[in-house]
Amino acid sequence: MSFMFTVSPDFAPDRLSGWYIFNTWLQKQTGIAIHLEMYSHYQSLHEAIQADKIDLIYANPFDAAMLVREKGFLPLVKAEGESDEAIIAVNADNEVTDVTQLAPGIRLAFTEDPDVRLMGMIMLEPGDLDAGNIVPVLSDNYVLVAKHLLKGEADVGIFLAEAYDNLSSMIKKQLKILVRSQISVIHHSLMIGPKLQDRRAEIQQVLIDMHNCEKGNGVLTSLGFSGWQKIEDEEMEFMIDLMDTLNT
Amino acid sequence: MIADMKPEDIVGDYKEVTLKLYDGTSRRVLYTEIETPYPDGKLIVSTTTPEGIISHVNRAFVEMSGYSEAELIGTPHSILRHPDMPAAAFKDLWDTVAKGEKWQGFVKNLRKDGGYYWVKATVIPNIRGGELVGYTSVRRKPSPSKVDECIKLYPTLF
Repeated sequence: MSFMFTVSPDFAPDRLSGWYIFNTWLQKQTGIAIHLEMYSHYQSLHEAIQADKIDLIYANPFDAAMLVREKGFLPLVKAEGESDEAIIAVNADNEVTDVTQLAPGIRLAFTEDPDVRLMGMIMLEPGDLDAGNIVPVLSDNYVLVAKHLLKGEADVGIFLAEAYDNLSSMIKKQLKILVRSQISVIHHSLMIGPKLQDRRAEIQQVLIDMHNCEKGNGVLTSLGFSGWQKIEDEEMEFMIDLMDTLNT
Repeated sequence: MIADMKPEDIVGDYKEVTLKLYDGTSRRVLYTEIETPYPDGKLIVSTTTPEGIISHVNRAFVEMSGYSEAELIGTPHSILRHPDMPAAAFKDLWDTVAKGEKWQGFVKNLRKDGGYYWVKATVIPNIRGGELVGYTSVRRKPSPSKVDECIKLYPTLF
């Protein structure tokens, strides 16, 4: 029997091969046959989750509530020291220096990433901006969000902080950060579905110990992580509650 | 029971009033007109027991309230209650979360040093295995225009 593993579509494109290497490593360590299926859009991912096709997922925090409360998923680990943060930026030539100076009707560039968009919209609230009074400029990735700002096709952009920091210095020079979130407790999570849960403790331990061996360390490097950290059930519940408070 | 505020903790000129709290107890509070602006990009997070006793605070909570974590844990959440906040707002909060629903509102909080800060607060019940185990409160930066509306509205609710 083969199990299905997937990664939230907001993975960094340069980590794609890293996830395949990780899947191979995990199969070798656990002896479990796991097929990695990457979805490019949230809609196809959510269809797969609803059809109970997924057994293991590196999930966006926005999806965690649905996975735990509707699909019986449990948390395994998170990437050590990593958290999801968002940035609100404008073109460097824009005279605006504070979100409160923005006006309804602005063109707002963002991607499909649901947690980043949520954090971004919260940071725009002090400017009395909400989904009902902005013009959305949906973008496929954060480089395109930046391009929309540089070309004057959008007034404001919402970025995943990590993606913004990884933009070339030439692009960043032409942008200006208005706000950077410092939330710290919102993060992606590796989660396990009901069909694999009898192996949960074993898989969790394998992952926690991963950085201790040379090969495991190499795989972690290809994912851009330094190690995995156990997520307690209550920590996951807390994050779900937190996301719930923000999603209003 | 929350200890009365002490003059030596207060920064600047202050006024004094005795507040009647939601749990029936009273507290002498000292308050100033000094506002601490909400820090950009941060969330202030706390959890309480079902009775409203603080069980967890994050760093932003500690920084903005002026109290140490040790002073906050085990203390009623009303340690932040500012005299300009009408009791009706907190009654609405408790009535709403007691029904298992989310509450949202704009709140003026009192700091240990007598100053204040405005927040947009959201409170939700924490349900574990079908049981209420406490409440999580998350505050974010409020819109200045909404705060202005509250500054006009709240005095009419006393």
